[in-house]
Amino acid sequence: MVKVVFSNAMIGVTEGIREAEFAAENFRELTLRLKQRWPDLAELIEQSAVAIDGQIYQGAFAEPLAPQTEVFFMPRIEGG
Amino acid sequence: MAEAVDYKQIGTTPVRPDGFDKVTGRAQFGADVNLPNMIHGKVLRSPHAHARIKSVDVSGALAMPGVYAAISGADFPGGRLEGEAGGEGGGSMDDVAKNVMARNKVLYHGHAVAAVAASTVRLAEEALKAIKVEYEVLEPVLDVVAAMDPQATLVNEDNYTALPEKPEKPSNIANVGRLERGNLEEGFMAADVVVEREFTCPMAHQGYIEPHACVASIDERGRGTVWCSTQGHFEHRAATSKMLGKNMADLKFVATEIGGGFGGKTVVYLEPLATMMSEKSGRPVKMTMSREEVFRATGPSSATVARVKVGVRKDGTITAAQSWIAFEAGAFAGAPYMPGAMSIYAPYAIENFLVETFDVLVNKPKVAAYRAPGAPQAMHAFECALDEAAQLLSMDPIDLRLVNAAEEGTQAPYGPKYPPIGFKACLQAAKKHPNYLKPVPEGAGRGVAVGFWFNVGMQSSAEVNINENGSVMIIEGSPDIGGSRASMCLMAAETLGVDYDDVRAQVGDTESTGFCNVTGGSRTTFATGMAVTQACEAVIADCKRRAAMTWGLDEDQVEWEDGQAVPGPGVNADVKPLSLAELARKAGKTGGPITARASLNAQGAGAAFSVNFADLKVDRETGKVDVLSFTAIQDAGKAIHPAYVEGQMQGGAVQGIGWALNEEYIFDDNGVLENAGFLDYRIPVASDLPMIDTEIVEVPNPSHPFGVRGVGETPIVAPLAVCANAVSRSLDKRITDLPMSPPRLLEAIEG
Repeated sequence: MVKVVFSNAMIGVTEGIREAEFAAENFRELTLRLKQRWPDLAELIEQSAVAIDGQIYQGAFAEPLAPQTEVFFMPRIEGG
Repeated sequence: MAEAVDYKQIGTTPVRPDGFDKVTGRAQFGADVNLPNMIHGKVLRSPHAHARIKSVDVSGALAMPGVYAAISGADFPGGRLEGEAGGEGGGSMDDVAKNVMARNKVLYHGHAVAAVAASTVRLAEEALKAIKVEYEVLEPVLDVVAAMDPQATLVNEDNYTALPEKPEKPSNIANVGRLERGNLEEGFMAADVVVEREFTCPMAHQGYIEPHACVASIDERGRGTVWCSTQGHFEHRAATSKMLGKNMADLKFVATEIGGGFGGKTVVYLEPLATMMSEKSGRPVKMTMSREEVFRATGPSSATVARVKVGVRKDGTITAAQSWIAFEAGAFAGAPYMPGAMSIYAPYAIENFLVETFDVLVNKPKVAAYRAPGAPQAMHAFECALDEAAQLLSMDPIDLRLVNAAEEGTQAPYGPKYPPIGFKACLQAAKKHPNYLKPVPEGAGRGVAVGFWFNVGMQSSAEVNINENGSVMIIEGSPDIGGSRASMCLMAAETLGVDYDDVRAQVGDTESTGFCNVTGGSRTTFATGMAVTQACEAVIADCKRRAAMTWGLDEDQVEWEDGQAVPGPGVNADVKPLSLAELARKAGKTGGPITARASLNAQGAGAAFSVNFADLKVDRETGKVDVLSFTAIQDAGKAIHPAYVEGQMQGGAVQGIGWALNEEYIFDDNGVLENAGFLDYRIPVASDLPMIDTEIVEVPNPSHPFGVRGVGETPIVAPLAVCANAVSRSLDKRITDLPMSPPRLLEAIEG
């Protein structure tokens, strides 16, 4: 199972749930499961960066997810 | 995993390839482009900070001989534009279009209302006077805290705070950020000292020396070229084509040499206007902002009001931290409220914290990215509060930070666990630095503070072409604002095993190379460098294939060593190594020119931390501050070109010192900027400063082939608090408002 931690912006959609576990072998599969459960998450997922076991991805798509992986949604940063 | 390696090219400090042209005046900056039949564009700007536009009539200007085009908001395609603009806080494309040219309302003094293009600059300026605009003047909203009041005058009647459920009423608050962990009440109960203060930072400009400038040459088919001073010509092309309803394939954007950007040139201002007027007039149009226009109408940083509370135990452990920060967005949403929230506690492992941030509209210029957007203001507040806590505990400020320092595995306040980071190494380097071991000069104060920036990767492209003599040509799409061409050449030389002098790098236009995001976010050496490295690796693979073909070996029997193909270990072949030059000469027989490209969306940009300390002395009669010494220590992962890393550290320190001591936008009660020029908006000059001493720490970023971390933004973060802490200690009085200009310090001393 993959541990997912939602950003503050997402908690409004996930009915207050901050952390959850999902079975998924890659990021795409995980996002499909998240959107199935919370359809309104779709736009927020698109707008977010994600940290997979600490590695920050500004545009994750099909990254493989090992069991026990921690996926952390966070605001996207660009900088100046 | 990047490991400490003895590199041959990386870590050396050759002269930058663009340096000669720049010091001899040959380099072509934005305003240096001149074309036959070129005319000149100027912008009519709002005399009001907040007003409804009742009508705009450009016919008087158009009737003047020598005036070839005159436009206003009515000339832009209607309808709402979808999508976001590039750069931190770029905002919605629709807002950016309305910032380029006002439509129904002007939202700050200097907002563009109309533009003309005429045969001379003088005539264009005269033609602006013939444009008639009728305004209904409205009350300006100028104070960020007052703007948050539900009863405040609205900057934009259609702005609703972005919340999961749309609020019933519009507001000046565009966005709200919030990060929290643990239990604040228990955390503060466990503290031995609690510091609670309000801090302010002023709106400050990036202060790039080259004003915005561009030339657009569009033909009768609507196709053409735009030359501009930009941090990202691909994203400028996208924004311009979208605003004008054009196919981006019809526009070629060329990035000229750039005289500074620091985030401020991630934004379009003139390019859509010049493009539209060139298309209307059938002539090339040059537009160059005056310095005054740069100050009044291009993005400064956000002013902030920050309320911070921190609890600390006697042993230095931070038990709780709470912050509330209002960021001025200017006239459109897009203040760096989230980066501010995410950075404020980033250097520390804190169990209990809350930070709330706000993106607030006011009738001032739309803010733009400025080096580590949001972090200097947020961390100024927290680093000053920590310094006061250290004083109350009679604790060395570096020791206090060492007690709480984040390290590999620490869960960052913004979420993920840190991979290897160099914060502790920077603190330890500072603690034993010769400058820190010296006594504080009499009458001075020593300030310590730390800096942080996330750094990003994003999309980059690069091509590597091997010339017939084996020399190497790199074409990449990241405008060079900090010496990146030298870094690209060094990484290519290292990868290919050739001399630096045999490698050249060129920034390609939008038709010459693949897409690159803006040069920003401290990403270019990291991400574009990764693309260059991958393209070089593809060249090596191709060269090994060609050598194998030449020798009658299998490809896996050939290796690449020191810039030449050699038979692998155990391969029995009586052949001489083939250098890159020899392979290039015979390329026609082995498959044609040797060339490779790479495009990527780079991930894993490692965060960069810094520790700065400085000795400052205040003249108690005049309030003038002298910076006696300043030391910047920063983790660069691996410094590709150490002199340019030091240059970034020194440049960021100087900009931060300027922000701390003198720089501020001063508005009158009507929202008119009173100091729109370098005489009254005082950035530091060489005679104001000591040598900025630097020490580069290298804790490699495991996600980069050479261990690179971005270095461009972190350097500006710590100096604000360093200066405030030094002045506060020298005066034995906590100074909470920036800038610490002579009048403000005199008031503090006398009050």
